[in-house]
Amino acid sequence: MSAPTPSPVAVHDPGQLIPLVRRTALVRCNPLTKIAVALILMVGTLLSIDVVSAGVVLGFCLFALPATGLDLRAALKRLWFLPLGALLAAWGTAILAEKTGEVVIDVGPILMTTGSLEAATAIFLRALALAIPLIVLASTIDPRDLADALVQRLRLPEVVVVSVLAASRLLGLLVSEWQTLAMARRARGIAGGSIVRRTRSLFAGIFVLLVQSIRRGTTLAMAMEGRAFGRPGRTWRRASTFGSDDRLAVVVSLAVCALAIVAAHMLGTWNPIVGGN
Amino acid sequence: MALPIRAQGFSWRHADRDEPAVGPLDLSIDAGEKVLLLGPSGAGKTTLLHAIAGVLPAESGEATGQLRIGDRPPDPRRGDAGLVLQDPDSQVIFSRVGDDVAFGMENLGLPADVIEERISTSLAALGLDLPHDHPTAALSGGQKQRLALAGIHAMAPQVIILDEPTANIDPDSAVSVRDAVLGTQAATSATMIIVEHRVDLWLDHVDTVIVLGPDGLLTQGPPRLVFGDPELAEALIECGIWVPGRAGPLRTESRPDGDLVLRTERLDVARPRAKAAAAAGLDLSIRTGEAVGIIGANGAGKSTLALTLAGLIPEFGGEVNALGSLRSGAKHARPFRWPSALLAPRIGMVFQEPEHQFLRSSVAEELALGPRLAGWSAVQVEERVAELLQALGLESLADAHPQGLSGGEKRRLSVAAMMAPRPQLLIVDEPTFGQDALTWAGLVGQFLDVLARGSTVVAISHDHAFLEAIGARRVVLGGAQRKKQTSGAGDTQEGREN
Repeated sequence: MSAPTPSPVAVHDPGQLIPLVRRTALVRCNPLTKIAVALILMVGTLLSIDVVSAGVVLGFCLFALPATGLDLRAALKRLWFLPLGALLAAWGTAILAEKTGEVVIDVGPILMTTGSLEAATAIFLRALALAIPLIVLASTIDPRDLADALVQRLRLPEVVVVSVLAASRLLGLLVSEWQTLAMARRARGIAGGSIVRRTRSLFAGIFVLLVQSIRRGTTLAMAMEGRAFGRPGRTWRRASTFGSDDRLAVVVSLAVCALAIVAAHMLGTWNPIVGGN
Repeated sequence: MALPIRAQGFSWRHADRDEPAVGPLDLSIDAGEKVLLLGPSGAGKTTLLHAIAGVLPAESGEATGQLRIGDRPPDPRRGDAGLVLQDPDSQVIFSRVGDDVAFGMENLGLPADVIEERISTSLAALGLDLPHDHPTAALSGGQKQRLALAGIHAMAPQVIILDEPTANIDPDSAVSVRDAVLGTQAATSATMIIVEHRVDLWLDHVDTVIVLGPDGLLTQGPPRLVFGDPELAEALIECGIWVPGRAGPLRTESRPDGDLVLRTERLDVARPRAKAAAAAGLDLSIRTGEAVGIIGANGAGKSTLALTLAGLIPEFGGEVNALGSLRSGAKHARPFRWPSALLAPRIGMVFQEPEHQFLRSSVAEELALGPRLAGWSAVQVEERVAELLQALGLESLADAHPQGLSGGEKRRLSVAAMMAPRPQLLIVDEPTFGQDALTWAGLVGQFLDVLARGSTVVAISHDHAFLEAIGARRVVLGGAQRKKQTSGAGDTQEGREN
């Protein structure tokens, strides 16, 4: 199967959120491991709204980014709105959070104190620390590997998993389908024009897309049946396994999670979302 | 163990139609028999194949009579049949090439090591020299067809059912693809049924030809007998069956002396978001009134080039420039910069997949859309629609919904709809897919008509007879060859292919 060293990826899958440039050890981990890692890091981030715990997790995520094998420049280009969104959330927090500490900015209705600014920073770090593992998860999990793991490890029903897997490929195709439909409308002379026309053309496009999806779904079902899908006794090409890399990934993420919580307690910034003071 | 196929008074009617799509017919195919199934466009060949494979959705129509594979009705869950559908795009199941080939074998319950081994063998047999983790989304239409065939090759089923298996495959490799299919059949002595309009390709390799007419079975027998009988051959021609050696090309003069309408310099083309060019360094000069055929192996970037020339996707490198009458009145020389309303009356583009460009709810409205947008009068529009419906054998379908047509009918409609307003430049991607001899001749006639009126045609086609019939000069895309184009007055129209 895959080589032990990071191997370059020859052809990019157009359906991928962020293109993969190297197949690193993390990329080769079992999908269930990746989900576990993301969940563990999430626990480290979610339990408390404070700068330290969120900062530790985010710092680790940024530090570990090269190990994800993702095209980071493409990621920035495609996901520029994420930091922006986090910044907006932080802005809202800075204005609306409880005003404790010294006043830093006081311009008309805008009042920011050290306390509210700290909360804002925590929100900003937290949003990013939550987003990054999820994006890495979505971009590095091969749906097929996930299906393998779900059926072989979690014993989910295979007909359902394979069907969902095949359908998810169609979902990915919707984007390119939409582009083709847009091209086709342009070629037929009904793209552009006034807002009313654009809106009408948009709905016509959505309708065609729906029709196409149903047609594709039916055809796909036929193609699958035409290759003996549904016959009892299906085997799997690849065994879904857990290796030392998987264990390492879980242990490291557990350590980071623990570090985040302990550090926040020790530095006195722990601010749990449930209970607390 | 191969299985015989028997039908008695079998017919199938789609839920929304009055007439049955196929039948009623009686059919008897022996175990291990190789059958070529022929019939005019819309005769129900595809429906019959689906019925035999047992994949017709029960809720979408009604079956009468009896159909048996071996001693039981068709049931895909038995795993003895392998089906390749007409539309290569919709039958890709997984996102990686290796997984897709493995799908059928996994369903059959083969052990993992056998599966791995057969993936490589089958990919090689079908000429798909790709790594197992190659994304299927990055394959061309022809490559997807090979992929589907590789999946069947790997399964080695008892009954092999193929719907136009080489329609999207370049003629140079069609023979090797056919041989791979025949090899699969020989390995298990499977019963094999093929629908294919390239009759010549298969004729010497099948035991039986079955011809479906509009009202059921027309004839069944060994190929020599069916095509050797002059009376029967006449009847077949009348019905639109491709009779070997009978479709004489209609020639027309290419016009290399016309004004330039489109020129590219060192053009590189790529799909949106792709990182590498699909074809590079193309210098093309396209003149008014001429026909240009773009040919080349699967995956050479032909469809991408067509979309780029049509101003629908941006150039990856270099430029496409419109000149002379094609450009007149446009601010920009690059068609990609033109607004839709300016583009459509000048450059008509027929996509590889016809479904994409249908915008109206009936065939007649679909045909009327282009001329109406181009500002034709109501009378003119009506005349043009009637002319096209008649020429392309779509009269009886004027009120039908475009999405409900058969594969060949959709193809004709999509070509006719782009042709209707007689754009100055018509770019078509596989315009003759799934046509019988009659509808093919109708299409050729319409192409000759727009050419005679001074339009330019750029056709991507594996159908050399078609390119010859419209007198197209050839541009070869692909690999190291990159581009082969005769220039200016030296244009010839003889086929350079083997």
